[in-house]
Amino acid sequence: MEAIQPTADHATSSIDVIVPTVVGLCAEFDDVTAVTETAARVRDAGFKYWDVHSPFPIHGIDHAMGIRPTILPVLVLMGGLTGCLFGITMTAWINAFEFKMPAPFNWTNLQGYQFFISGKPLWSLPAFIPVIFECTVLFSALTTVFGMLLLNKLPMLYNPLFRLKNFRRATSDRFFIVIDAGDPNFDRQKTAELLRSGGAVSVETVDE
Amino acid sequence: MATIYSDPSTTIYREIDNAVEIPGKRAPLVLGGRDFTSVTEVVTDVNLKPAPFGWYVGFGVAFSFFLLYVFCVGMLLTTGVGVWGNNQPVAWAFDIINFVFWVGIGHAGTLISAILYLFRQNWRTGINRFAEAMTIFAVVCAGLYPALHVGRVWLAYWLFPIPNQMAMWPQARSPLWWDVFAVSTYATVSLLFWYVGMIPDLATLRDRSKARLAEFIYGIASLGWNGSCRHWHRYERAYLLLAALATPLVLSVHSVVSFDFATSQLPGWHTTILPPYFVAGAIFGGFAMVLVLAIPAREWFGLKDIITMRHLDNMAKIMLATGMIVSYAYCMELFIAWYSGAHYEQSLFKFRALGGPYAWSFWAMMFCNAMVPQVLWVRKWRMNPWILFLVANIANIGMWWERFVIIVTSLNRDFLPSSWGLYWPTWIEVGMFAGSFGLFFTLFLLFCRFLPIVAMAEVKSIMPEAHPHHQEPHKQTHDEAAGDYRPDEHHVPKPKAH
Repeated sequence: MEAIQPTADHATSSIDVIVPTVVGLCAEFDDVTAVTETAARVRDAGFKYWDVHSPFPIHGIDHAMGIRPTILPVLVLMGGLTGCLFGITMTAWINAFEFKMPAPFNWTNLQGYQFFISGKPLWSLPAFIPVIFECTVLFSALTTVFGMLLLNKLPMLYNPLFRLKNFRRATSDRFFIVIDAGDPNFDRQKTAELLRSGGAVSVETVDE
Repeated sequence: MATIYSDPSTTIYREIDNAVEIPGKRAPLVLGGRDFTSVTEVVTDVNLKPAPFGWYVGFGVAFSFFLLYVFCVGMLLTTGVGVWGNNQPVAWAFDIINFVFWVGIGHAGTLISAILYLFRQNWRTGINRFAEAMTIFAVVCAGLYPALHVGRVWLAYWLFPIPNQMAMWPQARSPLWWDVFAVSTYATVSLLFWYVGMIPDLATLRDRSKARLAEFIYGIASLGWNGSCRHWHRYERAYLLLAALATPLVLSVHSVVSFDFATSQLPGWHTTILPPYFVAGAIFGGFAMVLVLAIPAREWFGLKDIITMRHLDNMAKIMLATGMIVSYAYCMELFIAWYSGAHYEQSLFKFRALGGPYAWSFWAMMFCNAMVPQVLWVRKWRMNPWILFLVANIANIGMWWERFVIIVTSLNRDFLPSSWGLYWPTWIEVGMFAGSFGLFFTLFLLFCRFLPIVAMAEVKSIMPEAHPHHQEPHKQTHDEAAGDYRPDEHHVPKPKAH
């Protein structure tokens, strides 16, 4: 099913007829092998703004698409270190230190307390470790989830792809390669031909 | 019994026995000749088709027990903890028994979703979603008990280090406070793990639901997930990181719960074996609960192709192994009590196992946890869901008795005979315990109705068709066949339908 309209372009659209802006091409595949091989060809053709959509992570697609490793683990490490530091500071502050902060910071509700009990040392680090550990894990996990969502720019409830009827199968059993019209290499005919030659079941335009 | 899974052209799918080990071959984990489309259909039908009559019956029963829970908690709050049978010396009783029981059940969910993920156990994909749901609901049931046990429930927020005008902070050296952090972190991380795993499947429900409202709600919940492989890349990394974080977390949680006992001076509690023993017991009881939920669910929701006999068999094996670990721990406790020469410890274990007022509970525990699971050595019995269901239920009961034994037999007789005393629960405690099952099953049935109960995306990713070049045997190198990532050598041909 092809729906490529020859006149749909910003520059040539008249005032009377609202011609939707084409934002990209969407090719549908029904086979993992075909989509992976086509992805590698799209990568080799030098495209930058494009993506593969699949109902599950395809093994080897990162390489086929040339996706570079994410920075997420570094963020999580920093989140974890922050959590660890938070845990150490908190346990020390609420059980071991009681000094008065200077004037603008001397809020009563942040006043520390020297919790002396059972003759234990005030700063009893070994006994604080479970709490510090849990803080580390908690901060790391929160960083992982929200970092992943932020890097993926989610939540993003609107997407022009959701207008395509067949794209609903991207979360079930079909695979899609979407090439953005803003890509410098984008050429409606040639790009469609590239996708079709890779074994696409159909190539459709994505309208704004 | 057919034992063929090498030649798909002659196979009647229903008869595939994928629990058989054939050296050099990987057993298929999805049966019935299902492809991606039919996996989506069979799982989303549970949510998108009208609920069967049985669901309403089950929900009605669960919800009435939940109302019983609400009533008993109401009695507790309006009257005080005196409505419980707790006394001196048994100051911790049903509330802490049930807390440990429920939090332990949660552990199997995290084990399946995190530890088995790190070990690349692909069979986990069939059961991980509802095992994780079980974790969360069990932690909800667990967390309510200590919160209610504090007595003045309206001051329960004092457990958290909230800045206040009284310069009053919690005591960070107390194992009870470690518990606050362990359980609340565990609840948060489990919830995140569950939700992150569910985002792609919520998107599937969004894309398949016909009703406008359902589409809207699933649309919001799935955050606009569109299956982008650039998203998948970060998503998979995030999932791996969460698994790596949840693994030490889950081990720490039940260890910290055991510190509540082990760091005390009380004979019967003051032992170093408690952390590993508690963790093994939690996994044992948790897998028993997963089986109790999975066996009916696969039958009623038509998921036998996805939760196969191989899955049940694997869970039974884990139960057998962890059941042996707890049995070893029971014996080792007795041995150390004798070997230590500590007078009070020896007396306590004599009371616990032989002469004490609660010795029968010790033997109930031994029967349920050490003896009954031994039937799982026999493959024929493991292959029978009825027997598995029965053994799993007995193991759950046994794990409850274990906590009863640890708490009540240790507390009721301590150092001075003059302070010995007996404990019996009141009807409110029994009602609260039964009611907490109502809470658990109410939440679980709502989950079964409205959320994807099988991790569809993960199940699809372990099917043979999910791997590029799966149809070309010459491209399967030795490495790929040996690594766990490629599940199956053989390929079930996909029917060509257009």
